[in-house]
Order: sequence, then structure tokens, then C-alpha cells
Amino acid sequence: MEELKATPLRADHENLKALMAPFGGWLMPIQYSGIIAEHKWCREQAALFDICHMGEFLFKGDVVADGLEDVFTFSVNSIPVGRSRYGFLLNDAGGVIDDLIVFRLAEDEAMIVVNAATTDNDFAVIRSRLKNPAALTDISARTGKVDLQGPLSREIMVQHFGPSIQDIPFFKFIKTSILGSDAIVSRTGYTGELGYEIFLPADKVTELWRLLLEDPRVAPAGLGARDLLRLEMGYSLYGNDLDETITPLTAGLPGFVNMNKEFVGKAALEREIEQGSPRTKVAFKVDSRRAPRHFYQILHDGAEVGVVTSGAFSPMLSCGIGLGLVEPKAAALGTRLTIKQDRVEMEAQVVELPFYTGGSLRS
Amino acid sequence: MAKFYTKEHEWVEMAGAQATVGISEHAAHELGDITYVELPKIGKSVKQFDALAAIESVKAASDIYAPVSGKVAEVNQALNDAPELVNQGAESQGWICKLDGVNEAELGALMDAAAYDVYLKGL
Repeated sequence: MEELKATPLRADHENLKALMAPFGGWLMPIQYSGIIAEHKWCREQAALFDICHMGEFLFKGDVVADGLEDVFTFSVNSIPVGRSRYGFLLNDAGGVIDDLIVFRLAEDEAMIVVNAATTDNDFAVIRSRLKNPAALTDISARTGKVDLQGPLSREIMVQHFGPSIQDIPFFKFIKTSILGSDAIVSRTGYTGELGYEIFLPADKVTELWRLLLEDPRVAPAGLGARDLLRLEMGYSLYGNDLDETITPLTAGLPGFVNMNKEFVGKAALEREIEQGSPRTKVAFKVDSRRAPRHFYQILHDGAEVGVVTSGAFSPMLSCGIGLGLVEPKAAALGTRLTIKQDRVEMEAQVVELPFYTGGSLRS
Repeated sequence: MAKFYTKEHEWVEMAGAQATVGISEHAAHELGDITYVELPKIGKSVKQFDALAAIESVKAASDIYAPVSGKVAEVNQALNDAPELVNQGAESQGWICKLDGVNEAELGALMDAAAYDVYLKGL
């Protein structure tokens, strides 16, 4: 097995007595004080996440002439400078190679932020689709990233890094200076709370991490809490709810696909629109505190109709919640489902997303 | 009366012919935040080491096995609404159920606290 990579914060996590485990080829903190306590802290105060494992690519060139415009399911060229957009990199069959965010840094400059486990492959695929492959550089190793997420994150960020952060709207970012280095502060996240993603040089991450943790309103949170937070919002996790066999249409994310432009996988999606999807995404709530889990079976009227792609106990709803892929006949709101694995069996109902609607995301 | 432990990290404590059963502090710590306990049905008979109940945490779902044979006499109803009691005191207020008609001879197949400590160190 390949050796696990470590972020610049590994020693700090170990000093905080974090439980560490492999994730996407990296040794990452799963929890510090406890997953539910960290989840609650993020919903009520401000939680700090080490996200240095994610990949970043820098594109410098002409978005259209160098071919970046046709790489993703969305238009890069129409993203105004200072804004970011979420979408997909697809294979020929329309399956998701990765989900990612593109930050339009300048007319001729974009940063592409991708998942950790898929970074190397994404880089190769994107380069192979560019007319000018040299326009793309993998800056993952020199780029650090931490997320500060929670209702108090704005006042904390403003207090530490200045008033320019006060008015950043959702899915916009600013270029600024943090600890004397160039940084990007983006009003994005993966928790459903008001929050920021901070990109800065990897060798500055430890200083930033320690500075923010000195603030009594800030507590570290691990990937365990991050997974609960994102699932309560119904956000997809690559590797669970999205993979190379699942199209964005099947995954219930057509809003991030622009069928009026060219991209690899478009023909497959056109066929899917014409013929209908064999499977479709559902969100469901369990009748009890029991948690559905990845790969549990989904049954409807006694017959197997699909599989759970993500599941957990929701601390905000006090019941099990999950996402799954099912045959379309079992996908209507209100449909009763049985979730089953060996001796474990639970009753559930198809509901709308997000599961949790009380977040500070757009406040 | 002394507590005895299984290799699967259940504990049992006898009072006459009745046994109180739960999971060990070690198991509760390893599971992390406990979110659900499937209590057994009162009146259910179990054999030693058969599946008795189930427990779920934010990380995993696990079965709880009967440390001794017996008939379920009582269950800890408080765990239905507050499964976190198991984290707060796995070997006290977080008990799972009580079994009647227990044969003390079966305790011979279990570990006492000292032996369980040694067992944990070897894991």
C-alpha cells in the first residue's frame, strides 16, 4: 500500500489527541473531542477544519482558446472574476470523474479545487483535454487550506483579518493578505453554515491554525463531524454519492450541468434525458434513531429497488438520514422505504433536501 | 458481586440468579458517540454468546452478545431517548438489560476485571 500523505498540521492534530485515520490517501483527523460535540460546535459557534488534503490546480491562459471552457459541465468563461462555481468533470459515459469548484481569479486565471483522492487523475484528465496543457499547474503541495465554518465565523474572520471580509457574499471570494502572505478567503463550505474557506501558502497553515484556535469561539473539527454536517444538508460526497458510474443527472444535480455548452460526457447525458435515468437519487428520513449506512439495501413493497450511498444519525433531526439511488418508481416524495442489511432493518420515508434547514449558510 | 467481561467487550454482574449486562467502558470509548441502542424484547431467551442487542455510534453498528444464557427480565428504557448514557457510564447508568435464570457456572468462560485489563493491553 502506498504511504499515507500528511498535511502540515499533522503534529498539531496529534498534540490535540485527534483520532487519525486514512482518508483519500491522507492521514487525517477524524475527531478531536467527539464527532457530535464538534458537529454541534460548528452549528452554534465556529469550527476549524484542516482541508489541506484537497487538490488545487492553477490555470493561467485564455479560458476559451486554451480549451478550459469545454472541460467541465459548466462554463468557466462566464464566471465573473471574484466568483466561484461548482460542477463536474465527466467521463465519456457521463460518469463523474470528480466534483469540483472553479475560482475565477482573473480574466486569464482560475483555480480548480478538487477532491484529495482524485487529485492526480483529475490533473491528468484536465490537462489531456486542454489545447494548451502547459496552462495548468498542480499547486496542491504548496497550497494550504483550512475552513472556518459556523454562525460566528464572520465576526471572527473580520476581527482577525480585517473588514474586507465582512461583506463577501455567498460563493464569492476576495484576494487578501493573511499573516503577511497572499491568501484567498472564499465564502464557501461544506457544512450548511456561514463559513469561509481560506487558501494560503502551505508553510503558513500552522501559524493560521494556531492563531484561530487561540480564539475561544473556535474549536477544531474532524472529518467525522464534516461528514454529518454535509449530509444534513444533502451535499454529495465523492466516492459515496458520486463516482464514475453515476451521472450528475442520476445524482440529482442537473443544476450544475449546462447543456447549452460542449463538454465531455454531454452526449451520454443527452441520451439519459431522452431515455430517462434507470436510477435516481433519493433523500430519506428513518423512523427511528437507527442510522442507514453506505451499501445497505433499499426495498419498496418488499422488492429491492436500490442502495444507500450515504447515511448517518442526524444530531439536528434526532433520527437516521440517508441518500440513496433507487429505481424511479420508489423516488417520489413520501414513498415508504425499508432499509436493510443482515439483521438490521429500518423503515424510512422519502423527503426533500436539505434535511436540516436551520443553518446560517446565507445569513 | 464482581463483574465479568467477554472478549467482545460485554460485561455482566450477578445479583442472585439475575445478571445485569452492558458494554465495557473500553467498548463505549472505541465506538465514540452512541446514537442508538436496540434493546432486546422482554421475555426473550438467549444462549451464552448469542446476539442479544445492537448498538450504533456515529462511526459503526455492532451487535451485543449475551455474556451468559438467560431470559430478558428488564431493559434500560432510558436508552431509547438517551443512548448517550452509555458513553456517560457504560458500566453504570448505561446498562443494557437484566437476565433471569442465569447459571453462574457460565461465568467460568469469562474474564474478571484483572484478566480483562490484561486482555485489553494485548489488543
